[in-house]
Amino acid sequence: MQSNAALEYDYSVAKLYTYTAILFGFVGMLIGTLIAAQLAFPELNYLFGEYGTFSRLRPLHTNVVIYGFTVSGVFATFYYSAQRVLKVSMAESKFIMFVGKLQFALYLIAATAMVVTELMGITQSKEYAQMEWPLDLLIVVIWVLWGVAMFGLIGIRREKALYISMWYFIACFLGVAMLYLFNNMAIPTYFTSGNLGSMMHSVSMYSGTNDALVQWWWGHNAVAFVFTVPIVAMIYYFLPKESGQAVYSYKLSLLSFWGLMFVYLWAGSHHLLWSTVPDWMQTMGSVFSVVLILPSWGSAINMLLTMKGEWNQLTENPLIKFMVLASTFYMLSTLEGPIQAIKSVNAIAHFTDWIPGHVHDGVLGWVAFMIMAGLFHMAPRMFKREIYSKKLIEAQFWIQTTAVVLYFTSMWIAGITQGMMWRAVDEYGNLMYSFIDTVTVLHPYYAIRALAGVLYVTGFAMFAYNMIKTMTSSRELSEEPQFRSPMA
Amino acid sequence: MTIFLVVMLYWYIVYLYRSEKKGEKDYEKLGKIALDDELDSTPVNSSDPLPTDNKEQNK
Ligand code: HEM
Repeated sequence: MQSNAALEYDYSVAKLYTYTAILFGFVGMLIGTLIAAQLAFPELNYLFGEYGTFSRLRPLHTNVVIYGFTVSGVFATFYYSAQRVLKVSMAESKFIMFVGKLQFALYLIAATAMVVTELMGITQSKEYAQMEWPLDLLIVVIWVLWGVAMFGLIGIRREKALYISMWYFIACFLGVAMLYLFNNMAIPTYFTSGNLGSMMHSVSMYSGTNDALVQWWWGHNAVAFVFTVPIVAMIYYFLPKESGQAVYSYKLSLLSFWGLMFVYLWAGSHHLLWSTVPDWMQTMGSVFSVVLILPSWGSAINMLLTMKGEWNQLTENPLIKFMVLASTFYMLSTLEGPIQAIKSVNAIAHFTDWIPGHVHDGVLGWVAFMIMAGLFHMAPRMFKREIYSKKLIEAQFWIQTTAVVLYFTSMWIAGITQGMMWRAVDEYGNLMYSFIDTVTVLHPYYAIRALAGVLYVTGFAMFAYNMIKTMTSSRELSEEPQFRSPMA
Repeated sequence: MTIFLVVMLYWYIVYLYRSEKKGEKDYEKLGKIALDDELDSTPVNSSDPLPTDNKEQNK
């Protein structure tokens, strides 16, 4: 089977998803910056009539960056790296190739429809599950196709052992499938209201506390299986490959994998501390969240140790910089999360800006950094050209790092200030501040976050420009680089 | 429940190290899969030519 010399890895599907990752990344972060500015300067709500209000754009932001940008990044890196670690080319099976392309076509339709319907205000009103049922059905099809492509490739693989990244991709596939199905059980209001309702609006099959529990079982695990698991899959492949160093401890990677799988599913109720959910469940959410530090740090430390003896690469290769910083931010946010899940801390943190602060040191510093580094690494191999500009990557790195730091520090201060002000009482037990007092105090921090958004999106535009130049006009390579990505 | 999970965790760690010591498995060499990932490079654990290593299948 190994005689076919002309056979090459086929990156056509990976390329398609690379384009959408760049597109949705830019759009999603632009919207993020706009809504950040709206919180600081409310007049900005009136730019585009009903379509420009915070309430329309916020879910659009989260959906475009999650399902547009991140998921595209996951698919792009999957269709690239899975072939390589399984040592099998998509070109070897017409069927898998077809499934991959079909999946992309449907994905593009679904993502476009998602943007349009959410702008129109059609929504299930569940966080990260806003899409209405027809789109949900389409997504199920897309997900199944991904599964077919994944297990198809695994079925015809030459490398019998599954590399650790594949385990993580499989977990992403299974985890999301299960959670998505349960959380999106919904019935169109047309059927529930004696034909008075609408076909396009549906209500959840669960209600009250149950609905909240299922929602956050999903909500938190969307974080787990979309923002963590596939991103860990990426770093386990791209960091060793780019640096030329094998994973520091393969055993530790297996251990962290099973640890993460067992623990993550139980942590979701930390989103519902101090709510009507039974007490034992809240405690369980807290405890499992704290335990979660171990497998998370296991992976992150494993990555840092992979660089042992090779730290000079950190100064020489900007892609290594991105990845090392990504795993550092992963450590930061997986320490911060468990702290916020402790009940007494949560009493201050819940509903405050500290939460978006926590979210964004994870997504900006970890998820987006890792996806961009992965795509940069793939570009010279997919397009057979060197990366257009190293200087630009360096500049992008510093601009975006500054942005992340500004974002989370301003939100830490804002969040804790807010939490303290809400709870402050005078000697007679009366509340000392009204809500608007907090808004006035927080204004400067909101302005800083908007600035952070401008910086981050500028950095992302530099990334997009660099990628497009790499695809079109960079110097051509005669052979594929083995480890370090060549750049001008 | 907690005790059960803790026992499982330690059992798994011991299992990982034991099976390596006994020479049944070599986990660390799997790390090379990412580094040496050309289409025509020799698989770390190849399925076709060597029917001998049937124990290697992941659990
Ligand atoms: C230029 C970069 C970005 C800016 C300026 C930005 C800004 C914002 C703002 C203002 C909010 C609303 C916070 C609130 O309601 O108080 C938000 C929410 C959110 N953003 Fe972003 N964002 C950016 C990039 C991203 C990226 C890349 C991701 C994911 C890959 C992301 C994921 C989220 C999520 C999950 C939420 C919901 C957080 C929650 O419910 O607590 N953002 N973002």
